[in-house]
Amino acid sequence: MPGTDPLLLDEISLLLVWTAVAIYVLAFIAYAIDLARRSDLALKAKDEVVARELVTAGGGGVISSGAGSSASGPSTAKPRYLWARLGTVLTALGFVFHLVATVLRGIAAERVPWSNMYEFAMTGLLLIIAVYLAVLTRYDLRFLGSLMTGLAVLLLGGATLAFHVEVVPLADPLKSVWLVVHVFVASLATALFALAFGLSVVQLIQTRRERKLAEAPVDAEPKRSFLRTVPNADALESLAYRFAIVGFIFWTFTLIAGSIWANDAWGRFWGFDTKEVWTFVIWVLYAGYIHARATRGWRGTRSAWLSIIGFTAVLFNFTIVNVFFKGLHAYSGLTT
Amino acid sequence: MTDPLRPSDHADSASDEVTQPRLGIVGWLRWGWRQLTSMRTALVLLLLLAIAAVPGSLVPQRSADPNGVTQYFTDNPDLAPVLDKLSLFDVYTSPWFSAIYLLLFISLIGCVLPRTKHHWKALRSQPPRTPARLSRLDDHRTRTIAVDAEADADAVAAAAVESAAAQLRRSGYRVARYDGRGSFSVSAERGYLRETGNLLFHGALVGVLIAVGVGGGFTYTGQRVLVEGQAFANSLLDYSSFNPGRFVGGDTLTPYSMTLDKFDVTYVPPGQPGSGQAGDFVAHVTTQAPGGDAQDGEVRVNHPLDVQGDRVYLLGNGYAPTVTIRDADGNEVFHDSVAFLPQDANMTSLGVIKVADGLPEQLGLLGFFYPTMDVLPSGALTSTYGALEYPTLTLRVYEGDLGIDDGTPRSVYTLDPSGMTQIAGGDSGTPAIQLMPGQTEDLPNGLGTITFENEAPAGAVGYEGSVKRFASLSIHRDLAGPWVLAFALLALLGLLAALFVPRRRMWVKATAQGGTVLVEYAGLARGEDPTLAVAVDQLAEKHGGSLPGAAGSAAASARPVGAAADDSAAASTRPVGGAGDDSAAGAAPTTPPQSHPDTGKVD
Ligand code: HEM
Repeated sequence: MPGTDPLLLDEISLLLVWTAVAIYVLAFIAYAIDLARRSDLALKAKDEVVARELVTAGGGGVISSGAGSSASGPSTAKPRYLWARLGTVLTALGFVFHLVATVLRGIAAERVPWSNMYEFAMTGLLLIIAVYLAVLTRYDLRFLGSLMTGLAVLLLGGATLAFHVEVVPLADPLKSVWLVVHVFVASLATALFALAFGLSVVQLIQTRRERKLAEAPVDAEPKRSFLRTVPNADALESLAYRFAIVGFIFWTFTLIAGSIWANDAWGRFWGFDTKEVWTFVIWVLYAGYIHARATRGWRGTRSAWLSIIGFTAVLFNFTIVNVFFKGLHAYSGLTT
Repeated sequence: MTDPLRPSDHADSASDEVTQPRLGIVGWLRWGWRQLTSMRTALVLLLLLAIAAVPGSLVPQRSADPNGVTQYFTDNPDLAPVLDKLSLFDVYTSPWFSAIYLLLFISLIGCVLPRTKHHWKALRSQPPRTPARLSRLDDHRTRTIAVDAEADADAVAAAAVESAAAQLRRSGYRVARYDGRGSFSVSAERGYLRETGNLLFHGALVGVLIAVGVGGGFTYTGQRVLVEGQAFANSLLDYSSFNPGRFVGGDTLTPYSMTLDKFDVTYVPPGQPGSGQAGDFVAHVTTQAPGGDAQDGEVRVNHPLDVQGDRVYLLGNGYAPTVTIRDADGNEVFHDSVAFLPQDANMTSLGVIKVADGLPEQLGLLGFFYPTMDVLPSGALTSTYGALEYPTLTLRVYEGDLGIDDGTPRSVYTLDPSGMTQIAGGDSGTPAIQLMPGQTEDLPNGLGTITFENEAPAGAVGYEGSVKRFASLSIHRDLAGPWVLAFALLALLGLLAALFVPRRRMWVKATAQGGTVLVEYAGLARGEDPTLAVAVDQLAEKHGGSLPGAAGSAAASARPVGAAADDSAAASTRPVGGAGDDSAAGAAPTTPPQSHPDTGKVD
């Protein structure tokens, strides 16, 4: 758009970001109501049916969404989660605003919109929501909806409040194709880790419920819980693992791309700069998680905790380390 | 027996014996080695490594931020020495950090070597015998073919298996035929690449470590500050600082010379977003190898210049005011362009001029340079813009002993005023000297004069070009880098194979039963394999469709009876050949399914 005032574009972009945040808030509410209502719906649905579905879902973690459900038996009248559906529609709508806002910001800046904290948050969360929506077409993970939209509201809203800056020209060290690659892939990895995190959290809760269930007397009243509508712990674990390994590959690539860039920009491919340390720590934590899944006695709850710790480190790296830790990644590289 | 070898505490390995070490040293050593190379140890060491790396991001490191360490010592005089004892300022070379990663890599090698040997053998062995009861497997399909009265059912069965074997081979399976007892079967296996990838990944990590360790010894980095017009020869003498690796001698430097012709930088003009921000730094240089032609080159941020296998990086830049000092008789005693170190984004710069000879006493001048000078309300001077709009140099003057004659190394950027008397600026009673390019002032006490030279070419507008710039260059020879990158990419490749190549076994078995032939298809996942069920479906569908008798016969597919109650995690409900034809005709012998038969144990 030649001749358009970048300041004006950025202002429109900012307006759209806030709209997106507002819509994500609504989506979050819808998803939350859905979780609350699921316990009721689940009680009404026949116990036996649910039990069978869980087994089916355990089939290597294939959580059928829509199309596949006809195979699970004739009587499976799947409960319709209207609120979840509303949540997804709202999330998608918010995503559209979010996307346009991000693109406008890129046009205003005449470069990729991921070069400062505000833009990292904008693009990173855009990718998280995009991956979530994309995954929904294959797996019914709407029970993670409130987590995903909650994350988007907190981080996008927070970053916009705290870090919004006018469009300024890039600092020299950031003028590199590796910025485009490195940050983009890191954001994708983060999105996948986020999903794995969500699944691991639900897995832990589900494990606890399954253990209680096993201990309870056979004729005990079934308890109300949305967990009855969610796959069993094994299925959750194996799905979390699958997202995590794809994320791990991306993260490995992030690490390599970052080193190549560092070698061009700073003259060394690795120097244990604070940000490099945290990228490394996260990589090692997820390597540990992958190992744990293959180690007897560590499968299940313990490895789930590692996935949770890993994502906590990712969030820490993105928030606290970026803002408060000193290092070359502050992009003040060229002042002395 | 072609499963990859795994440490005994791997989740998939069958044995869980708590082995007590047999008495004797050998027994204990063997036990210790097994502990060190176990999955649990690897895991614990990985987690320890992650934790041990964290303090290095909380406390400044000598390697990354030496000034930060100095500052830390100043700010925390009590705590810092304690932390230093614990190597917390050198975390990544500390004994405890090294111990963790060395143990991890010993464990890694101890784990990978036997596995490689085992895998090497497995690569040349046959797929395992077909299990007796395929119907016990989680993924099992059947199909019955009608046989014409005059045809030989055994021959039909054999032909069906032969075509299945061919089909499997085409899709990348290793196959072996196992016929006998009235049934024909093919056993197929694929996914060896998974283990290959795993071994490649772990091996490449060792490669990365060795490349960093050994390659680092052949690496050197040196720094040099060049003022516009200055030249530099690539020899130890001409570096301002030089860090050689262990195996680098002074004679290994490739001879060449480099001249800084010009340094360019642009500033975002006032009134625009990001105003004052500097960018597009370029050092224009001329390089020349002995006997070679002079070559023009550019050093930019993110774009180092390759010179004779060295890489030249732009580390920093700033102004280098040219100052001439004359004694009382007008004789020149000092004339040089002195690099001033920038202190803020608007290039307020700090520099030191030392006049050792030619005056009655040694003279030290502590200078501030402001490219665009302005006066703060407090009366202090400041710079408001990085370019030369209103360049001003102020100097405090000290007279006395510079402390450079006794051989103590002194930084050219600092002045130690102890043992000197301040004769201009500060509390000296005489105001500091203040100059703009082209101006000359008297030194206090009739010592002589000082001139801030105007270096602008004839006809320049304003003060543009009136003060020279310097570039601080960093020159590297890095032999480790390419190797590290190569191993890292190998690791990435290995990782892709190790995580995404499915490893599975497939069996197709045909049994003649009177006028029909029962064909069974079964698959077994080894490790994570979410697509197994689909693969078995596809095999059954494709093979079944190609069978001679298939057209006429009701292609029946059935799951083992009672499988709905099967609680095994891999039960699949996807019907073959369309929903609804779940007829029991031709169903497999109805053995109650058991969870997870380990067919690896069948032979
Ligand atoms: C530098 C340290 C290590 C790192 C970063 C690391 C990383 C990984 C990763 C990412 C995987 C998953 C990909 C794959 O299957 O290849 C893996 C798998 C594996 N690692 Fe390591 N590893 C390390 C050390 C070790 C050690 C010391 C052992 C031996 C005890 C070991 C044994 C294994 C095994 C057996 C697997 C296969 C797991 C499975 O069956 O899924 N690793 N490792």
